[in-house]
Amino acid sequence: MTLALFLQHLANALSLGSLYALIAIGYTMVYGILRLINFAHGDVFMLGAYLAFYSVATFMLPWWGALLLAVLLTAAFGVGLEWVAYRPLRDSPRISVMISAIGASFLIENVAIVLFGGRPKGVTVPDVMNVKLTLGGVSIMSVSLVIPIITFVALAVLLWVVQRTRVGMAMRAVSTDLDAARLQAIDVNRIVSFTFGTGSLLAGVGGIMWSYKYPQLNPLMGVMPGLKCFIAAVIGGIGNIPGAVLGGFLLGGIELLTIAFLPTLTGYRDAFAFVLLIVVLLVKPSGLLGGAAVEKV
Amino acid sequence: MLKVDELSVHYGGIHALQGISLEVPDGAIVSLIGANGAGKSTTLRTIVGLVKASGGAVSWNGDRITGLATKDVVARGVCLVPEGRHVFPNLTVDENLILGAYSRKDRPGIAADRDKVFALFPRLQERMRQKAGTLSGGEQQMLAVGRALMTRPRLLMMDEPSLGLAPLVVKMIFDIVKTINAEGVTVLLVEQNAKAALEIADFGYVLETGRITLSGPGKQLLADEGVRKAYLGDVKPVGAVAR
Ligand SMILES: Nc1ncnc2c1ncn2[C@@H]1O[C@H](COP(=O)(O)OP(=O)(O)O)[C@@H](O)[C@H]1O
Ligand SMILES: [Mg+2]
Repeated sequence: MTLALFLQHLANALSLGSLYALIAIGYTMVYGILRLINFAHGDVFMLGAYLAFYSVATFMLPWWGALLLAVLLTAAFGVGLEWVAYRPLRDSPRISVMISAIGASFLIENVAIVLFGGRPKGVTVPDVMNVKLTLGGVSIMSVSLVIPIITFVALAVLLWVVQRTRVGMAMRAVSTDLDAARLQAIDVNRIVSFTFGTGSLLAGVGGIMWSYKYPQLNPLMGVMPGLKCFIAAVIGGIGNIPGAVLGGFLLGGIELLTIAFLPTLTGYRDAFAFVLLIVVLLVKPSGLLGGAAVEKV
Repeated sequence: MLKVDELSVHYGGIHALQGISLEVPDGAIVSLIGANGAGKSTTLRTIVGLVKASGGAVSWNGDRITGLATKDVVARGVCLVPEGRHVFPNLTVDENLILGAYSRKDRPGIAADRDKVFALFPRLQERMRQKAGTLSGGEQQMLAVGRALMTRPRLLMMDEPSLGLAPLVVKMIFDIVKTINAEGVTVLLVEQNAKAALEIADFGYVLETGRITLSGPGKQLLADEGVRKAYLGDVKPVGAVAR
């Protein structure tokens, strides 16, 4: 394998890892606040991609307008999802909440099949994302470069919000001690909504970028990435935002580089995530950057 | 004035509070003492809305506050320093204080209150940028009190502030309680350290397995034979700190 080819694979791994990271952040944020696995998160990702698709195909918006609208709608959807599926069960046993999460996921998928049709849809990739860049023998599509940049910007903004703003401070307070946060007159519901909105916004960005890189949509497209990114979040230490990003990149990297170096294993690509999960959980049950032991769900 | 009227709380099958009534007049220090498991924490947590009452009512200055969300109770000036302090360990001392003022919008007032807290607890100012989790138990208690003061309470409820602290620190905390009270904040104090709690109290209540069994002025309860036997370990030499 030549260096050029290796670099090409690396660029691909980086952009896949970025996409995983964008989705994994949502899992980890929600878990951090509510100790809840939002099983419908992968479907929110799918929805983001469809919303952008229809914004262009039906409402004739320019791609950036579609992106903006779809991302905001996806965020709003996430807030609504929490409102409908999780808030009424805030004080219920955790198993009820999990069942509600799984139910919400199936519901979204099946309504999507009805509304969007089961047949895959081809996405028109915006021209700027579709430029072939050649640098010293390495050629990659511009979208593979845009995705990591967007991810890093999103991550920087998110970390700034969490570490430096009042609402971020409240998020950290709610995630460590719910009752103590209530005693400071923090509106916990608002913080939870904000968390769902932010996580869903990032999943929306991820879904749309995904549809530029792999330009085909189907209503179940969120299932496998959703599962893998949940694993990425656990690998990184669930509840820990940089951990989720690390997990996403690890997963994307291992997946694509293994395929590149050992093409015979391509058929097992979806299994790598699980192998990595088992290894990490055996070595460090709380995840790579996780602190306290992960609670059983 | 805080008025608790026939308050009842169930945890599943456990009847933790069986209709207790008490009053905390404005400007007073009222102590609620009782053994472990008597229902002291439950009383405070129910007043502030962290636990749902199954019967009875709590009113604050004539308004019924039973059933309100905790944030609304706190916003009305009733706040709780919880048992075990519960500072936010991964936030700095300063961030903990800022969060205390989360619902307030008056920036100058917040800054002034922060200065007041630092004047009350100079140690906190020294450790301002430190993570709260790295503080000693006594410092965490100071922070928990300081954070509560940042909500600008008119009624400060404290759940076992002396728990697990060295006698010297306990004395300091009780002195601070008196100072805060002298500045016009009403105090409802829950303690297993009955002697210290009754000494500073204008009025005291004794709670036993979910019922108020005795009440009276602090000095009177201190002199009460039953209280001395049950909570002050009567045979201990003078000056020993009751557990
Ligand atoms: N969250 C809870 N769930 C079930 N039982 C509880 C809970 N909190 C307290 N209890 C029970 O209620 C009773 C009173 O507890 P508590 O108010 O903590 O007492 P105290 O603060 O006086 O030690 C105890 O029997 C305790 O076991
Ligand atoms: Mg207690």
